[in-house]
Amino acid sequence: MPDSNAQLLQLAIATPLVAALFIALGLPKRFSTKLAGVAFAVPALIALWLWREFPAGAGADYAFRSDCDTGLAAFGISLKLGLNGISLPLFVLAGIVGLAAGLYALRSGAERLKLYLLLLLVMHGGLLGVFASVDIFFFYFFHELALIPTFIMIGIWGGRDRNYAAMKLTIYLTAGAMLSLLGLIALYVKSGANTFDLVALREALAADPLRVTTQKYIFGLLLFGFGILVSLWPLHTWAPLGYGAAPSSAAMLHAGVLKKFGLYGLIQIALPLLPAGAAEWAWPLAVLAGVGNVLVVGFITLAQRDLKQMLGYSSVMHMGYCFLGIASLSAVGAGGVVLLMVAHGLSVALLFLLATSIHHRTHTFDLADMGGLARQAPVLAALFVAATMASIGLPGFANFWGELTVFVALWQFSPGITAVAVAGVVISAVYGLRAAARVFFGPPSEQFQRVAAQHPPADIGWGERLPALILLAALLFLGLWPRAVTDGVNRALGRPVAEMVRR
Amino acid sequence: MSNTLLQAIAESNQWWAIGPEMILGCAALGLLVLEIFLPKEQHRHIPVVSILAQIAVLVGVVVNFDTVWKGEYLFGGLILLSDVGQIARVFFLLSSLLVSFLALVCLPRTRMPRVEFHHLVLVVTAAMMLLAQSNHFVMFFVALETVTIGFYILVSYFRDSPLSLEAGLKYLVLGALSSAIMLFGIVLLYGAAGKVTLDGVVHTGFEYPVIADFLRQNPDSFLGLAGALLVLGGVAFKIGAFPFQVWIPDVYQGAPTPVTAFLAVSSKGAGFAVLLVLVLEVFAPLEGVLVPVLSFLAAATILCGNLSALTQRNAKRLMGMSGVSHAGYLLLGVVAAFSVPWAADAVWFYLFTYLLASMAVFGVMAYLAGADDADQELDHYDRLARNRPFLGAVLAIGVGSLAGIPPLAGFMGKLLLFIAAFQAHLYWLLAVAVGGVVVSIFYYFGWIKAAFFETWSPAAGGEAPAGRPVPPAPSWAGAATLAALALATVLLGFYQEPLTSWLMK
Repeated sequence: MPDSNAQLLQLAIATPLVAALFIALGLPKRFSTKLAGVAFAVPALIALWLWREFPAGAGADYAFRSDCDTGLAAFGISLKLGLNGISLPLFVLAGIVGLAAGLYALRSGAERLKLYLLLLLVMHGGLLGVFASVDIFFFYFFHELALIPTFIMIGIWGGRDRNYAAMKLTIYLTAGAMLSLLGLIALYVKSGANTFDLVALREALAADPLRVTTQKYIFGLLLFGFGILVSLWPLHTWAPLGYGAAPSSAAMLHAGVLKKFGLYGLIQIALPLLPAGAAEWAWPLAVLAGVGNVLVVGFITLAQRDLKQMLGYSSVMHMGYCFLGIASLSAVGAGGVVLLMVAHGLSVALLFLLATSIHHRTHTFDLADMGGLARQAPVLAALFVAATMASIGLPGFANFWGELTVFVALWQFSPGITAVAVAGVVISAVYGLRAAARVFFGPPSEQFQRVAAQHPPADIGWGERLPALILLAALLFLGLWPRAVTDGVNRALGRPVAEMVRR
Repeated sequence: MSNTLLQAIAESNQWWAIGPEMILGCAALGLLVLEIFLPKEQHRHIPVVSILAQIAVLVGVVVNFDTVWKGEYLFGGLILLSDVGQIARVFFLLSSLLVSFLALVCLPRTRMPRVEFHHLVLVVTAAMMLLAQSNHFVMFFVALETVTIGFYILVSYFRDSPLSLEAGLKYLVLGALSSAIMLFGIVLLYGAAGKVTLDGVVHTGFEYPVIADFLRQNPDSFLGLAGALLVLGGVAFKIGAFPFQVWIPDVYQGAPTPVTAFLAVSSKGAGFAVLLVLVLEVFAPLEGVLVPVLSFLAAATILCGNLSALTQRNAKRLMGMSGVSHAGYLLLGVVAAFSVPWAADAVWFYLFTYLLASMAVFGVMAYLAGADDADQELDHYDRLARNRPFLGAVLAIGVGSLAGIPPLAGFMGKLLLFIAAFQAHLYWLLAVAVGGVVVSIFYYFGWIKAAFFETWSPAAGGEAPAGRPVPPAPSWAGAATLAALALATVLLGFYQEPLTSWLMK
């Protein structure tokens, strides 16, 4: 008999999906927006509640477990839900970013709002499911459930080049997803366990590890499959394009939460199950690709003149730290990556939200055509500067602890690489602060003066301010009290990764 | 021939066992009788009679799924009733029901007679059901020819359309060729396996078990091998496998939309029902040759289907070429079934998901088709989602399921096939299949794009494209059917219990 918290977990995933179903069945618009608001709020509240309820001693073991047969139990596939120390922070992240993106979407006044909310709800349900799945088949399944709406949302509500962006995103991400699916199937078959249950797989592989060559090719499939999904350099080109074209809420959810799927898969599945394979791939390939993300993409980011493209590239760049943290093959590094994932998810979602708010006032994303917006919108300016600081990794924000931990882990791995990675922080400081300065300070450009004369820009109202403040509060909370995440992560990673390093 | 032999044969004539086929045949004749006796203004009810008859038979088969004759050789060894045969019956009945529904949508737009169409659909379906149960190459060939000849007429049914006639001619020529090849193979097998019958032996070189026995004892027999390969060549024509896929685009485009659906679903399904029986039971001793040959065919079919679908702008041709790639994925399952027995069930699972998704797409196509049935370009889908959101949603679900996008049923079908292939160690084939899936995203997504993403917007300026008339709204029955197909596709993606518990018991 599942306990009530397990049922709450099921409820959190089901609420957005059921709400989406009702909207699809033709609920009138008035009720649709109300229902959607509730459906965005419920998972966030449940996520926070489960965080409070999470047993203090549990680490790698799953709490709030439930099991539900969908008819494929004979194949070792069933809907097993649960949260452990690694997935809990990400589940909470999904809840909070989902709430912020949902609130923002409700106020966005998008054309065909019902369809927009419907797709966003499906995406939200998928995201919550990804991190709550114990069964790695459903882990993949929920990811795809969340991914499909992005294609459609870019295609319908996207900005410039939306057709091209939607097509490119779809093909890239399908290729990545198929590769990782092959890797997961390989795990299923080669482990001999014939199950997708992560717990059973762990037990089976702990008792009888795979041969190194087998581990190597399975890890390779997962690394490249997940790597495409996380925009690993040089397979990242879909990301800035897609984020540049995506409507704000979709970009928030995709860059903030969905992209963490691949990293989460590497930490939760690939590292503990295939330690020898990870060691084979980590150096030089994964490390060099990570450095490519930080340096190459960092310099490309410097050259961007379009605010949203810049944010897209910057999010690709920050994934480099995560890859480096994973490639350091240490519990410290992996723990830092989990913290960084949460922090980056919050900060990038906040940045995308504010970028859209800026666009409402300047009617352009081109940095050259802006300037001096701080005079008309001081709160917006303050929020944007704070978000930029967080994204750079200033102390006081969650990103700082994540990056710091990754650098510490990386130092033990290779001081040279660490120096390169730290240089990335300087790069992100340069482009981040320069963008903030261009948008908000200095003399307004002619173009902006003309726009401001026609539509005098107002400061952001509560509809935009509330989601932004939720995200900012979460960033500050984690920045001041990172233990809220790291305790569980440490316990979860302690055992498997420590064993791996000793080997 | 002694009396006892005839008596034994007579005793095995269990007419009730082929009741579903008999009822369908009688109903088909009944339609023609009704046409003669009913007054002209009542003729529009005749298709309804056909649909009711099919529903009745379908219910009958499902209720009597575990017939008492299961596993018995009937009609002197012509027919063997099996679980798979029952599943095939359900598949063909479902498919023909939906084809009849499509005909109700499409045929009134033309001046063609309608009753004969439904008559032919019933006859062909009955023949397919017999084909899937046959245990004897004479039965096999007679059933197959009944199917094929029915299709010759159906493909060229729009006899005032040159494209339809051309399609009919192409299908006739190539179909006859494939029948000839297959017949040659059957004769070779008969010649090799047949023995002079002695004292009351009823078995001949046409019966599946006899041929299987012969091949098991003489796995190196050249005649046996040649015969088997020729027969499989004929089957490959039916399923549209490489290199016998050349007829598909033209015939699919020229044939009336319901017939295209019939070809794409029923005919392909019949091919695979037969292929599974032949390959896994009759020709199983030739595994050493068949596995490489079929693996090559599967890879070539997947590549050929997907790559040639990339450039299609006509919806019917696109369905044809993408159908070829589905045949390739299914062949992958057939190859896997040599070493992983449950792969055969996975093939059936895939076929059912393919049926639901294809019929949903063909349903939308039927509503969108204008006066010229062959002229169904992807450009015609522009603004579908805005003008007819319901049809747009059904199209998206159907196409998404064909593309194998989670959480739709088609993805589960592909997943099971891929797991089976992995367990059968078909790594190279799997890599090709996965590459094919990625390629297929391009053209399936292009279709969705055409329906959902508006290429022209007032802000971008320029002239609005010359608007096609908004497609008609589906009647409530049509909408209910399409909604049921779409809903089943979505639900099977989340909850497979109903299909798996039934297929894999």
